[in-house]
Amino acid sequence: MDKFMFGRYIPGDSWVHRLDPRAKLILTFIYIGVVFFANSVWTYAVLVVLLLASIFATGISLGVFLRGLRPLLWLLMFTVVIQIFFGAGGHIYWQWGWLSVTHDGLINALLILMRFVLIIMVSTLLTFSTQPLEIADGIESLLSPLRKVHFPVATLALMLSLALRFVPTLMDEAEKIMNAQRARGVDFGTGGLRQQVKTIVPILIPLFVNAFNRAVDISTAMEARGYQDGENRTKYRELKWHRQDTLSLIIYVAFSVVVISLRELHL
Amino acid sequence: MEIAFEKVNYWYQAGTPFAVQALYDINLNIPAGEFTAVIGQTGSGKSTLIQHLNALLKPTEGQVVIGDRTITSETKNKHLKPLRKKVGLVFQFPENQLFEETVLKDIAFGPQNFGISVEEATRLAHETAKMVGLDDSLLERSPFDLSGGQMRRAAIAGVLALEPDVLVLDEPTAGLDPRGRNEIMGLVRQLQVERHLTIVLITHQMNDVADYADHVIVMAHGHMVKQGTPRDVFSDVDWLTAHQLELPSATAYANKLMQQGFVFDPIPLTADELADQLVPQINKKGVADNG
Repeated sequence: MDKFMFGRYIPGDSWVHRLDPRAKLILTFIYIGVVFFANSVWTYAVLVVLLLASIFATGISLGVFLRGLRPLLWLLMFTVVIQIFFGAGGHIYWQWGWLSVTHDGLINALLILMRFVLIIMVSTLLTFSTQPLEIADGIESLLSPLRKVHFPVATLALMLSLALRFVPTLMDEAEKIMNAQRARGVDFGTGGLRQQVKTIVPILIPLFVNAFNRAVDISTAMEARGYQDGENRTKYRELKWHRQDTLSLIIYVAFSVVVISLRELHL
Repeated sequence: MEIAFEKVNYWYQAGTPFAVQALYDINLNIPAGEFTAVIGQTGSGKSTLIQHLNALLKPTEGQVVIGDRTITSETKNKHLKPLRKKVGLVFQFPENQLFEETVLKDIAFGPQNFGISVEEATRLAHETAKMVGLDDSLLERSPFDLSGGQMRRAAIAGVLALEPDVLVLDEPTAGLDPRGRNEIMGLVRQLQVERHLTIVLITHQMNDVADYADHVIVMAHGHMVKQGTPRDVFSDVDWLTAHQLELPSATAYANKLMQQGFVFDPIPLTADELADQLVPQINKKGVADNG
């Protein structure tokens, strides 16, 4: 768990760190959307340039981003291998029964790999440079139009920020419980499947019980501090949209236009 | 079983941008059969230190010698199980680790993991439950029905049932009322005396250190800054104040009296020692005043 980088926040004070979380969320969505339009070497080149520029702007080294990919390596390889062997069409290089390596299959595998890597990298960029609570605020603000259709945005935002706040606490607690059970002779990650599933019980039950107790405590503490419902509250952290947010939005839209026109021009 | 640290350095998340060094060049000895207290401010590395005692954490540099085993960063997890049986570790708020349907099953869980038969483990569970003062009527109840103090005892019993040679406790009395505190500390002392256990205790209660410990280790900012007898550690008041550590209340009171002209040699650590030295002085003073 110690070396797990995906989805973590790395404190910093770069251009990207200071962007409005709403802007970063929108940028991430734009980028992910555009990745699916890319279909040629040139379109991908444009996306890679944009990604590298954004990574550079975070002030975090590329190595750290690549390390974030590591836990997903098996998933990537698995999809690529499936694509290579089961993709059909074009020139056939090699065939054995219904397994075949074809020209189109290889191209597709490469496309999928690129898409995966780009999407993972850009979401890592978001989480590396944005604090979880900022992301929650951003999501709340972006969802606020849904209030019109009586969607409980404030409740959702509260749940989201509470959940995010307690992810590290629960992780710590899980680790502590694991260590305590290890000290009582539980072997994690050894033995057969049945044996391993059995070792989860001594972690899961205390974790659930503690989560229940904590939920009771938190709701009591919230009521004691005058919390009534999600609506009609003022905000302590106000989001402010700056010129640099607009600027980065323009840059991303410009790049998207380039990618989509390259696609239309079949380049 | 003696435990020795040799030039131990420890980093959390070594090799990542989040790497934090928690222990710096620790050299220390935990003598067999003695009562060792580890003190220091919050975040000074005490809990990290004691997780090295049963190899839950392995030193990033240096080595820990536990009995006849030497633990380095290279040590594989595979053969550590026998070690974990010898060094029992009671974590902070151990009641959070209870999970079985009944208290008895929970206490018997540890021994069973080390290959002890169900009957034998149940017998051990009964025995340790009695030792920590849990009534037989509680043993068939769910651990989640117990009170906080009872849950704490059940959890401690779960570790004692392993019959360890070394018992390590991380603030076992935190959050207990004075009576519960005395009972737990009495139990720990009893285990040391009757079963010749080596005890390692992390605590913020300086009175407990003065009352029970043979040996004190002082941690500050990941360094071991002092080790010695309680008297060695508590005699230097200025040094303790500089490290933001408290004195046992008897020692603090003796210090105040010394400013009023009373003389103490050696400086008392417990209420009994204080009384022993104070009574003759008061009597003499009384005689002098009357005369």
